[in-house]
Amino acid sequence: MIPGDFEFKQPASKDEALSMLRDGGDDARPLLGGQSLIPMMKLRMASPDILVDLRGLDDLRHISIGKSIHIGAAVTQHELIGSEELFNVCPIIRETALVIADPQIRYSGTIGGNVANGDPGNDMPALMQCLDATYILESSEGIREVKARDFYEAAYFTALQTGEIVTGIRFPKPESGHGYSYQKLKRKVGDYATAAAAVVLSLSGDNVKSASVALTNLADTPLFVEKAEDILVGSQLTLNTIRATMDAAEAIMEPVSDGRGSREYRTKMGGIMVKRAIEQAAMRADGTAKGGLFGWLKR
Amino acid sequence: MAKTLIQLTVNGEPHEVAVNPRDLLIHTLRETLGLTGAHIGCDTSHCGACTIDIDGQSSKSCTMFAVQANGSNITTIEGMAGADGTLHVLQEAFREMHGLQCGFCTPGMIMRAHRLLEENPTPTEEEIRIGISGNLCRCTGYQNIVKAIQHASETLTSNVEA
Ligand SMILES: Cc1cc2nc3c(=O)[nH]c(=O)nc-3n(C[C@H](O)[C@H](O)[C@H](O)COP(=O)(O)OP(=O)(O)OC[C@H]3O[C@@H](n4cnc5c(N)ncnc54)[C@H](O)[C@@H]3O)c2cc1C
Repeated sequence: MIPGDFEFKQPASKDEALSMLRDGGDDARPLLGGQSLIPMMKLRMASPDILVDLRGLDDLRHISIGKSIHIGAAVTQHELIGSEELFNVCPIIRETALVIADPQIRYSGTIGGNVANGDPGNDMPALMQCLDATYILESSEGIREVKARDFYEAAYFTALQTGEIVTGIRFPKPESGHGYSYQKLKRKVGDYATAAAAVVLSLSGDNVKSASVALTNLADTPLFVEKAEDILVGSQLTLNTIRATMDAAEAIMEPVSDGRGSREYRTKMGGIMVKRAIEQAAMRADGTAKGGLFGWLKR
Repeated sequence: MAKTLIQLTVNGEPHEVAVNPRDLLIHTLRETLGLTGAHIGCDTSHCGACTIDIDGQSSKSCTMFAVQANGSNITTIEGMAGADGTLHVLQEAFREMHGLQCGFCTPGMIMRAHRLLEENPTPTEEEIRIGISGNLCRCTGYQNIVKAIQHASETLTSNVEA
């Protein structure tokens, strides 16, 4: 499978990249890890005339951690997994990156490409909604910010305009002692989710102090379960409150029937992922089950 | 589309190659440089038979354009054995532990195992299984591949200690 012809451009700076994309208009596409775009080009589902390679741009490669966490678009999934600093303040990033694709793909695939791609199967978008992330979008016209919760319109349709790129993402640092879990049901390593759920919550005694739930691959966009907060915050985690959250989540799911299962099956599995993620997050919020099998990773 | 000249260091040797932007790295390696060790299995970045080492990372060379590799340092399975033909510890371990049957996945498995052991010289069995999860083998059921990597890990770490 050989992709169509295109012109390959390697800008030396972000500004140069933005002018190339402005001049290229609809015929130009940004390229990061290529792990979604190259397969699509091989299948001729995408045939851009110009590719603008953003990988070498230093402005897009930083992780910085303060009151909020900023991650540059070109940071790879491998780098996200390997960052101890990030793991210490927001371990769900590593947990999620580890269930994306496989090791080789994670060396190349980036967080920016993953959130900008618009494939409902991508795992980072729901996590970004769960963490209430903001995407930083830049074009030759200037800079603007869009919340992950407002960014996705339909499969492969996002708030991105022609000539605009995601340069980074930013989200508030989750409070210390929070519980978290990304639960993904998949048929095999490297498969997109049959159903997946991201949960971050914090407890105060037996009561839920904050809670955020989002879903992957259960509609043509990632889904933020708005009602979860109303149901859980101020309540205790009981069979009833967890059941009510599952119901609220299932009510907004619209998965297609496909090789991963029927619509009914995937919806039920979506509910189960929510349940497991809440339970695991609650366990971790109590301070148990921390740590990592992957502490050895250097980067 | 005009060809571009790119520089690659492959298995220690510098090359200058003219490529089309749409040429995939696996094709440049196999067809232009004649290095047919990396295999084209699925051609969809699932099977890992085309895995090579590029600037210290494992990569599926069917899902990378040759132009993206401009300036990089690449190792393929052909670069693993010594100049005199002495097998690399991993190759020896795959032979010793019967880590292959048909051999189609082996170049990718070994290149991936090589990077895994560089990053983590003493992986647990679970870490090995996760580490090679992007490489499919349809013969062995993975048991002996895991044993071969464990064996190579032991040999390499005892070489360092000695
Ligand atoms: C076998 C296989 C299995 C996979 N499994 C999973 C999985 O389980 N979960 C998952 O989440 N992903 C999965 N992926 C996809 C992988 O995570 C990709 O790396 C990711 O979706 C895209 O990141 P990238 O850096 O490779 O982007 P690219 O492929 O370079 O780009 C993706 C898209 O985003 C656009 N784009 C790139 N950069 C920017 C930018 N800065 N601003 C705006 N637009 C941009 C491109 O034009 C393109 O349309 C899988 C891929 C493969 C090949």
